Amino acid sequence: MENTKKNTIVVNPVTRIEGHGKITVDLTDDGAVDRVRFHVTQYRGFEVFSKGRDFREMPVITPRICGICPVSHHLASAKACDAILGVTLTPTAAKLREVMHMGQFIQSHALSFFHLSSPDLLFGFDADPAIRNVAGLAREYPDLAVAGIGMRKYGQEIIKTLGGKKVHPWHSIPGGVNRSLRAEEKDGMIAALPKLKDDLRKALDLVKNYLAENAELAARFATLETSYLGLVKDGNLELYDGRIRLKSPRGRITDEFDDSEYCAHIGEHVEEWSYLKFPFYRPLGFPHGSYRVGPLGRINACDDISTPEASAELAAFRKSTGDGMVHYTLYYHYARLIEILYAMERLEELLHDPDVLGSDLRITGNVTNREGVGVVEAPRGTLIHHYEVDGKGAIERANLIVATGHNNYAMNRGVEQVARDYITGPDVKEGALNRMEHVIRCYDPCLSCSTHAVGKMPLKLEVRNSLGDVVRTVTKE
Amino acid sequence: MTMAKPKIASVWLEACAGCHMSFLDIDERIVDLLGKVELTATPITDIKTFPEVEVGVIEGALGNEEELHLAKELRERCKILIAWGDCAVFGGINCMRNFLPAGQVLKEGYVDTVSTVNPDGVLPRQDLPALLPQAIPVDRAVKVDVYVPGCPPDADTIYYVFSEILEGRIPTVPTDIMRYD
Repeated sequence: MENTKKNTIVVNPVTRIEGHGKITVDLTDDGAVDRVRFHVTQYRGFEVFSKGRDFREMPVITPRICGICPVSHHLASAKACDAILGVTLTPTAAKLREVMHMGQFIQSHALSFFHLSSPDLLFGFDADPAIRNVAGLAREYPDLAVAGIGMRKYGQEIIKTLGGKKVHPWHSIPGGVNRSLRAEEKDGMIAALPKLKDDLRKALDLVKNYLAENAELAARFATLETSYLGLVKDGNLELYDGRIRLKSPRGRITDEFDDSEYCAHIGEHVEEWSYLKFPFYRPLGFPHGSYRVGPLGRINACDDISTPEASAELAAFRKSTGDGMVHYTLYYHYARLIEILYAMERLEELLHDPDVLGSDLRITGNVTNREGVGVVEAPRGTLIHHYEVDGKGAIERANLIVATGHNNYAMNRGVEQVARDYITGPDVKEGALNRMEHVIRCYDPCLSCSTHAVGKMPLKLEVRNSLGDVVRTVTKE
Repeated sequence: MTMAKPKIASVWLEACAGCHMSFLDIDERIVDLLGKVELTATPITDIKTFPEVEVGVIEGALGNEEELHLAKELRERCKILIAWGDCAVFGGINCMRNFLPAGQVLKEGYVDTVSTVNPDGVLPRQDLPALLPQAIPVDRAVKVDVYVPGCPPDADTIYYVFSEILEGRIPTVPTDIMRYD
């Protein structure tokens, strides 16, 4: 095998993404791009070492998969535990979980956009790496940086209010939640929202202008026509509890099923060159059944959004590229901001609902079902927790399909496309590397999650010759 | 001695990024801090290799060969090495796999899980760092100067440590803000 290898370029680590990964580009003898792969380089084994633990511990164990969206794991895990207990939550418990979830969407999406991705859009892909980061943002665009920091802080404070800590909070328990919301806390959350919405509208304008001014780039940049997967409730965008819908590239609803039936519809493929598996829609097989998730996946999969301002933005979004389904990868950023708007509006709805101040927090129960599935939309896409327990509640098997995994095939294809556009031979410009990384960044991957590991997400580009020798390693310095 | 704009490099190894997130949770103070220190290679910047720095920060345990290598490399290139969080300090949750052989952890994760379709039993290995037999805390491999435990350490604790270093002191986290999760 080794002697059939071509020249290879490796980007390692991929930075400003959330996880550990590298990109390799194999070149042919005449220097053309032969094969491009995005490798996730870390594995921690949560599914395996959870065995034998009491299922009630899982909402505390599994958030350690990811410190960026720990609330997603906390909630998906608690929902799987609810299913094992066979209970339906009180309205107060269900709504308080959703309040925390909206806080997480605001903070995590703000991090992705303001801290990690906006430097590429504002400074350009070819800007000096020394300024193309959050520190440069703080210097050159202080208002935007402060707005982003404030938005993230607001979401984190909601999480801390309910769960005691900003990272790895503890609020959901099997059958409910462990703390109520006080009226003055609720009032504070409502009071801060108008300013944040204003900041968000400015960010939306920034992205819309960027996409309009760079229409050619947006149309070309890692564009893929894929299917899209996401939760819906009555056809509307849903983040906490809904049915799983798959939509075809042309906008037809391919399938819609209850989350507990996920395993009949979704399988995971393994490649020997990545610790991240490749989920696919079983009836179509791998790789044909690959699809995308996350902001673009959800926005494409839903019919509409239930809150007014986000619904209007969605209509504008769909018109902006013509036929309704948006396949442009750079539009992930736009979709992400529409989702922040939805999260703010939905949060406002929830906070005005008298149920959130209720004190009926928990339904108790014993192991009623030997199996439980919990599914939520994490900021990066559909997150599935599935536990099988013995009669006393010890975990016998655990299965986790994490948001970023669903995008694995698309990330690989996108990086390949950009490599073909920008690389000819081993002399690779830094800007080309950054463009490949930005493909990954569009998906805002949480690679920690993906391999049930988190990781740093540095990226290295390695160029290998036709004998498989590394002729050049490009890292950003 | 106070340092002029000390350089900082940080890395996120076998962990969840939560410590780096807790660092970002210093919120507005980050703008001020970024005026006093120079971030070099970190997960939130685009510089990929560690230069010589005053302060190195490691989040995470060491669970594979690449992580072990990076810990050694950062140790060589920094004057003060900080271990952030329970994973770096103690090994943390990663050590739950240490009761099983690494090969079994791989096989169960990539072959036996219920939604995996892997009839040929393919295991990830090509172009990937191999797992160490066990996940270990940082100081099992290199000397650590400052321990900041917690899952994650609170943002105020992280900020305190940087403030002390900027004052020229090697900090010890005081008990009132020291936390083990």
